[in-house]
Amino acid sequence: MELKDDLKRGLWDQNPMFRLLIGLCPTLAVTNSVINGLSMGLATFFVLVSSSTIISIIKKWIPAQVRLASYVVIIATFVTMADMFLAGYFPVISKALGPYVPLIVVNCLVLGRAETFASKNPVPNAVADAVGMGLGFTWGLVLLGAIREIMGSGRLFSIQLLGNWFQPWLIMVLPAGAFFTLSITLGVINHISGKKGEAKHQH
Amino acid sequence: MKLILIFISASLVNNFVFTYFLGICPFVGMSKRVETAISMGMATTFVMTLTGGITWLIETYILDYFGVAYLRYVAYIIVIASLVQFVEMYIRKTSPNLYQTLGIFLPLITTNCAVLGLALFAILRDYNFIESIAYGFGAGVGFTIAITIMAGIREELRFSDVPKAMQGPAITLMVAGLLALAFMGFSGFLTI
Repeated sequence: MELKDDLKRGLWDQNPMFRLLIGLCPTLAVTNSVINGLSMGLATFFVLVSSSTIISIIKKWIPAQVRLASYVVIIATFVTMADMFLAGYFPVISKALGPYVPLIVVNCLVLGRAETFASKNPVPNAVADAVGMGLGFTWGLVLLGAIREIMGSGRLFSIQLLGNWFQPWLIMVLPAGAFFTLSITLGVINHISGKKGEAKHQH
Repeated sequence: MKLILIFISASLVNNFVFTYFLGICPFVGMSKRVETAISMGMATTFVMTLTGGITWLIETYILDYFGVAYLRYVAYIIVIASLVQFVEMYIRKTSPNLYQTLGIFLPLITTNCAVLGLALFAILRDYNFIESIAYGFGAGVGFTIAITIMAGIREELRFSDVPKAMQGPAITLMVAGLLALAFMGFSGFLTI
């Protein structure tokens, strides 16, 4: 039962993007199209699950004084792997995401889960939590990417969705549109949840 | 002349917060009061200027020299973390007053993505040693400008009647969007 709770937590109740408000930099930067958002989500998912698993396995042997440095080195290793994989097999996406893939190293989400969850819980729970959080982050990125791509260019997955009558809102693919989209999505989600939009953790 | 262009480009035209979305976490989290925002901005500028120079040295004399570019991210993050630690110790020894002001903000800078982002962008653009430092300084000043303006607006925002669902981070991001629109006025100002 507990495993299921750990898995479900990241999807809505403690969604990293809309509830905890962590990992916002890539959220805003790469959601100018669905495919970029999806790739970024999957890359983060991979890093999050791998590093949480490893950290949970070796947590007994990491001295408390150097734990943050150790976590960062483990995370950086997986980020390097993800970055090389993207550069090797999907060069176009790798180019589009640019330095935001290496920046997963300092994504508060990955380090945050390592510090607050993976280092204190057994391996199956840590994996479940990482999978939930990773999926929660990915659906957030895909949602924002979809909203911005449809409104900014009338396309979805680069396929023309709206007819010629549609005048693309250029602002949505520009930086300002990223802030507006996230802001309004947050407002809508707060409204649905019926809670005040206070962040539980702010980094 | 090129140094001035790099400085203006990094601080205003391609502001790290409003065009690259780097350093959003402290930008949202630390912008409640103007004084704390300025302190945070100053501490970040200091670390970013040093990072610009030191990561260039690491890249040129260690990673390139030994041909181990795949260690780049691991090396950078270790350099930044130890740099922040070192700066903290140095300031505590030499100037207790400044340490009192900046103290608690210093460790947080390690996880500020603007610092690592700066190092990566500087390498991507093939800057030399002096240019990297100018780029780091400009990016830091840009971050300080952004977070200070934001804090000033948020201090006023406390007195306004915000719809319930939009309170907190949602309205902060909306204001950030409007600021990003304003900063778009600088685009095309200069190109390098």
